[in-house]
Amino acid sequence: MSTDDAGMSKPGEKKAPSGYSSAIETHELSRKFGDFTAVDSINLHITPGRIFGLIGPNGAGKTTTIKMLTTLLVPTSGSAKIAGFDVRSSSKEVRKRIGYVPQMLSADGGLTANENLMLSAKLYGMKRSDRKTRVEEALNFMNLRESSNKLVKTYSGGMIRRLELAQAMLHMPAVLFLDEPTIGLDPVARRVVWERLTALKEEYGMTILITTHDMEEADRLCDEIALMHRGKITISGSPADLKTSVGTDVNLDDVFVHYSGGIIEEGGNYRDVRKTRRTANRLA
Amino acid sequence: MSEKPAEQQTVSRSSFFLVEFFRESLAISEVEVKKLLRDPTELFTRAVQPVLWLVIFGQVFSRVRGIPTGHVSYLAFLTPGILAQSVLFSAIFYGIAVIWERDLGIIHKLMVSPAHRTSLVLGKAVSSGFRGLVQVVIIYVLALVMGISLRWEPWAIGGVLVSVMLGSAIFSTFSLVIACIVKTRERFMGIGQILTMPLFFASNAIYPLELMPPWLRWFARFNPLTYLVDALRSLMIQGGHSVHSFGFDIVVMVSVFIVFLLAARRLYPTLIH
Ligand SMILES: Nc1ncnc2c1ncn2[C@@H]1O[C@H](COP(=O)(O)OP(=O)(O)OP(=O)(O)O)[C@@H](O)[C@H]1O
Ligand SMILES: [Mg+2]
Repeated sequence: MSTDDAGMSKPGEKKAPSGYSSAIETHELSRKFGDFTAVDSINLHITPGRIFGLIGPNGAGKTTTIKMLTTLLVPTSGSAKIAGFDVRSSSKEVRKRIGYVPQMLSADGGLTANENLMLSAKLYGMKRSDRKTRVEEALNFMNLRESSNKLVKTYSGGMIRRLELAQAMLHMPAVLFLDEPTIGLDPVARRVVWERLTALKEEYGMTILITTHDMEEADRLCDEIALMHRGKITISGSPADLKTSVGTDVNLDDVFVHYSGGIIEEGGNYRDVRKTRRTANRLA
Repeated sequence: MSEKPAEQQTVSRSSFFLVEFFRESLAISEVEVKKLLRDPTELFTRAVQPVLWLVIFGQVFSRVRGIPTGHVSYLAFLTPGILAQSVLFSAIFYGIAVIWERDLGIIHKLMVSPAHRTSLVLGKAVSSGFRGLVQVVIIYVLALVMGISLRWEPWAIGGVLVSVMLGSAIFSTFSLVIACIVKTRERFMGIGQILTMPLFFASNAIYPLELMPPWLRWFARFNPLTYLVDALRSLMIQGGHSVHSFGFDIVVMVSVFIVFLLAARRLYPTLIH
């Protein structure tokens, strides 16, 4: 992995988006596929400027939830608002205010980092004069400046993830959605991603929703978490509160067992596991 | 440059819908063309098939003299048909590339952006049009080598380029629609195989419409490939004859393209469900 140290972005002022009390708010949000309920009446209220973790085993409904919140999938019932805008009736307003990193590695391998970012800049309607500056800033922020003219297919998994984060933050969204941002990364690369996400929160006041299977990640990174199991949210709160609610000297795995009656590794059908494997393989 | 708080609009959208729309389309086609130029092997492998058709099929059937082609040789008659064929064959598998990009998550990224869905589709279609232009170059070179007399008036060549771009746009967008319906690569390969040959044979590409039995001629009338071939036949070769006027062929193709564009615009977002 190349780690170019070309200047970190200047620390900006801490500013939480204002004008709405929840960055993400859902009311009885549900999604069915045929008879199967993938997401079952979830209610979320996520405070602006926080990192929120949606945790659950394969097939819990995390990706389906994110797809609804990012306007990619229409809810079957219930509602959701992002930065005060309804995902169904104001999808375009929502799209302007969010960034999204899908579960798969979504940067275009046939393009350079610069070209990937320039494409986003244009699709987000940035002014010509802003594009170059914003792309440079984002590259700097994610420490990718030196490799910015190399084809992305030559990148390591960690670099690709950072590029995707750069792409997702380019237009300064109010809310970032990251679907398993560290899956398949080695421990060093994981730590770098954690550190950059924390910086995004602290320097730009972005609200970040991540999904993960990984309790350590949830514990270290998230201000608040929700456990998701078979489409339902079983419990939510800060990692510390959740742990004390179960007992002393417990970890998040114990919390999960306590509230879901199962361990995190359990669950998920063939389709889910195959999908996860594929994601991990691409990074290998 | 000062940091902007998250809520402030970095995203300043132009109030001119069309400006915004074409900027987005252009951005998409630009990266597609870049990728193509970086790895042009595909363009050359695509040239193999038309070469075989012209050189082998064309030469053999020229000897048969069984197909009435008016004042022009069969080989000359066939040349525009083979250009249209290579446009069809390369554009029709465009959907595979899109399914591939879906599996990689690239399409997800496009879909969460505030860009218009129609411009995302149009951008792809335009880039497919550029591929078509490469086919034009290949066929013209081949025709020169084979001693076929081509037309070199600038407006005739311009007409060929426009027709080919439109044809590529039509078939690539059609392919995108199919991809959105079948959703997986395996199924798409099957369908693609099934679609191309009937489209090719139920057209005027390798024989004139008058030679067809009525039912096939009826089918050929609804085949956009027929109008592409028809336009090319008088524009490309000396003494070539079109059944319809160039204007009529273009109007038909533009209309078909608009229908496919609207269908693709509706279906594109469902590709990632
Ligand atoms: N398009 C679809 N059609 C039918 N079922 C689906 C579809 N998408 C998801 N599902 C099902 O919905 C359930 C939830 O899937 P989802 O991808 O949201 O889970 P997840 O929590 O993201 O899992 P993972 O950790 O494996 O990514 C799974 O059982 C999955 O098989
Ligand atoms: Mg998932």
